[in-house]
Amino acid sequence: MTTTTTTPPVGHVIPISTRKSQTLYGFVLIGVGLLIFLLFGLDTEAGVTTTFGMNLVGSEAVTIPNIIVPSQATVFLMAAVAVFIGAFHLSRGIRSLGVVLGVIALTFIIAFLTWAAQDKSFNLTGMISSSFVRATPIALAALCGVVSERAGVINIGIEGIMLLSAQVAVVAATVTQNLWIGLLMAILAGALIAALHAFLVIRFKVDQIVSGVAINIVGAGTTSFISSRFLERATDTLNNSGTFPIIKIPLLSKIPVLGPTLFENNIIVYLMVFLVIALHLMLFRTPWGLRTRAVGEHPKAADTLGVNVHLVRYINVILGGMIAGIGGAYFTIGSVGRFDEIMTAGKGFIGLAAMIFGKWNPIGAFASSLIFGFADSLQVKLQILRVPIPSEFLLMAPYIVTMIILTGVVGRAIPPAADGQPYEK
Amino acid sequence: MTNVLELRGITKRFPGVLANDKVDITLREGKILALLGENGAGKTTLMNILYGLYKPDEGQIFVRGQEVDIQSPNDAIARGIGMVHQHFMLVPVMTVTENVMLGVEPTKNGVFLDHDKVADRIREISDQYGLEVDPHAYIKDLPVGIQQRVEIIKVLYRQADILILDEPTAVLTPQEVEGLFRILQTLIDKGKSIIFITHKLKEVMNAADDITVLRLGRIVGSIDPKDATPEILASMMVGRDVNLVVMKQPAKPGEDVLKVNDLYVRDERKNMTVNGVSFDVCKGEVLGVAGVQGNGQTELVYALTGLLPVESGEIYLSGTAIHNKSPRTILEHGVAHIPEDRQRHGLILSFPIYDNMMLCTYYEAPFAKGVSLQENVIQNNAETLVKQYDVRTPNIYVNASALSGGNQQKVIVAREFSRPIQLLIASQPTRGLDVGSIEYIHNQIIKKRDEGTGVLLVSSELDEILALSDRIAVMYKGQIMDVLDAKNANKDNLGLLMAGVHPSESTQKEERLP
Repeated sequence: MTTTTTTPPVGHVIPISTRKSQTLYGFVLIGVGLLIFLLFGLDTEAGVTTTFGMNLVGSEAVTIPNIIVPSQATVFLMAAVAVFIGAFHLSRGIRSLGVVLGVIALTFIIAFLTWAAQDKSFNLTGMISSSFVRATPIALAALCGVVSERAGVINIGIEGIMLLSAQVAVVAATVTQNLWIGLLMAILAGALIAALHAFLVIRFKVDQIVSGVAINIVGAGTTSFISSRFLERATDTLNNSGTFPIIKIPLLSKIPVLGPTLFENNIIVYLMVFLVIALHLMLFRTPWGLRTRAVGEHPKAADTLGVNVHLVRYINVILGGMIAGIGGAYFTIGSVGRFDEIMTAGKGFIGLAAMIFGKWNPIGAFASSLIFGFADSLQVKLQILRVPIPSEFLLMAPYIVTMIILTGVVGRAIPPAADGQPYEK
Repeated sequence: MTNVLELRGITKRFPGVLANDKVDITLREGKILALLGENGAGKTTLMNILYGLYKPDEGQIFVRGQEVDIQSPNDAIARGIGMVHQHFMLVPVMTVTENVMLGVEPTKNGVFLDHDKVADRIREISDQYGLEVDPHAYIKDLPVGIQQRVEIIKVLYRQADILILDEPTAVLTPQEVEGLFRILQTLIDKGKSIIFITHKLKEVMNAADDITVLRLGRIVGSIDPKDATPEILASMMVGRDVNLVVMKQPAKPGEDVLKVNDLYVRDERKNMTVNGVSFDVCKGEVLGVAGVQGNGQTELVYALTGLLPVESGEIYLSGTAIHNKSPRTILEHGVAHIPEDRQRHGLILSFPIYDNMMLCTYYEAPFAKGVSLQENVIQNNAETLVKQYDVRTPNIYVNASALSGGNQQKVIVAREFSRPIQLLIASQPTRGLDVGSIEYIHNQIIKKRDEGTGVLLVSSELDEILALSDRIAVMYKGQIMDVLDAKNANKDNLGLLMAGVHPSESTQKEERLP
């Protein structure tokens, strides 16, 4: 064959900023600038300051000065930045869509916080560290999804798995007076339910969505029943486990802002961070990862090379269930020490959104979990600040962010090619 | 000379089908055995048994004289048997290296994948057998010819000395086929033995040392390539004498029936796949569109039949603009379409034959009266067409899915030809059909041509293009490289055009890479 027939290699970088989206996002940015001005700018009094607290009470971190900014000037500055960047994007075009979206988010959030906390103090470090903690169950749910879907099995039953294992964790921990046994039982519960899902969808080729929905319904029903029938009557003997203690990592926890965020957490949060890194390495650097990805992309190819497609899928779905089990344990023995009905509140589904936004990569999924964790923690802090927005609306924040990200920002994320398809020889 | 591989009495039954019936096959060491047979003759089933993907109901397999029990691809690989599948078994989003090592991954420290070691081994194999490929390239970026090399490397990496190639030439240009044959020769020189599955007669005679012919799951016989002619092989395959040459009179082209002007079309993923195509088709002629699959032919046909929007450019049917019109409008102007995917676009498989026979005119008299369908008329119509077009079916009430590929195609042809048409667009009209059905469809197309219909024939089978066309347009990367008169066209100049090279340019380049 002549060399001319070789197709030029397709570039891996697709120019995202096409002209159409350039115009769109340019105007969105200018619109955001105007919105900042109208919503927050006009409502901010001149001469008032906003204090961003940089220290956390009870933290070991070295104390640093708080940031105090003039409220009105800051809001106006943010509006101006948004409009300026928008105009720049319209005329010149900014290469990376991420930068554009980042500017939109950042200017809006800074202006919003400055306005919300005008004449008051807002603890920034507190919010960042609580974002991280609140991202933990979302990230664990997302990791469960990654492990499972990379092998080609959709698991939307994560919510149900987490709910069940949350309850198992607290009951086991209360009864045995041992949090570790609670965690272990939660992992076991997660594995068992995931194994059921795997068995149904791999062995009997039940529709994966139907099986996942069933798990969610069973999870919500069973836990609510057990909760109202047994736990509420015997809170002290069944539903009062206490929580894992905070482990402060020497030296590192003294770093301002980062210390309280990353290095003053309980074991489940550390476990989440460890799993993110470990799974990322395993998925892309080990034989298990290679086989997992091959099975999720082209199971037939894997089969012809002697890889046992069904075995890989069983292992991964069950492994995912164990991770979701840890996520479930977080809700009870990792944060409040008791079980409340439907306490997962959709975190399993948000985790799936984080998985998609993170393009089925552990680290990507973790990063997007942080965004959702941020929205969640923002909502809590704003209620404390008594912002003139009804709390019902604030409670919606994480879910609204989920919808915006899934519909608008992600665009077309490409799932593993054989995701959701049963494998038949 | 020893036999490296022997199959004895292999029988495989699927529900309702006897796929292999006491099949015996012998592969001599260092030789190429061609396994010839029509689609559905049981070649692929047989090889899947050999490779451990299916389990035989009866029979024995001997490798180097020893009986072996092959339960899975792992067993086959362990016995030195490797398979290059018809549809490549490569993960497109992974690199060559990752694809090659999958299943037998070497590790560093027992944990992490050792990409470098595999890449080095791939380079060694490349040098040894002339299979040049970049180990770090992603499969999705490689042309099919190179992807096939990766498949062969995969097999060699596992140290196979018996290679099975299932229809390896189906996706290649004639020049790539030559390259493949050179590679096969190198493999033989290095002591490998090869089973080569195909339904293409001429390839077999060029490449094989032994030929074994399968028909309906049984061995028809073996023949020495020196004694074989295409006619003999074809009659062995089909079981009766086949007329391989389409008898046709010179065309008597009339005025233009289809005129396409600077046409641009985007595919479903919004890539521009038809890039400024202009041509015309006259009444009473066949314009063949040749090209390797995926060079815009599919999208061209979709645009002509209204299944994809036209980005820019014009399409005229006897002077009427039909671009961006609905498929129904286009059909009503007298365009018949034999789609390339007959099961998806040509038929409703879960409908009975009689309904499939009137899919494009169901809303008109005589099939419809007001809002109700005229079942009698519809069924009578089907009875007539089934007889006229020789559709082999128990009756007209069975679902289209119950028919064989050839008979499904006959249903489409019957439906499309039974209404007044001025243009026939036939896309891969004989793909996957047996020799007998191919003969029939070809004759029908020529008959339509002689009645004065313009025919646009899109096919990736060069033999078909050469047999039927009066003029031949070659598509490459969404453009028409050239339009040749059929008298001046042959496999060589068409092959070059299909690869994007004008024959005049290539005369200077004497040496071409495989």
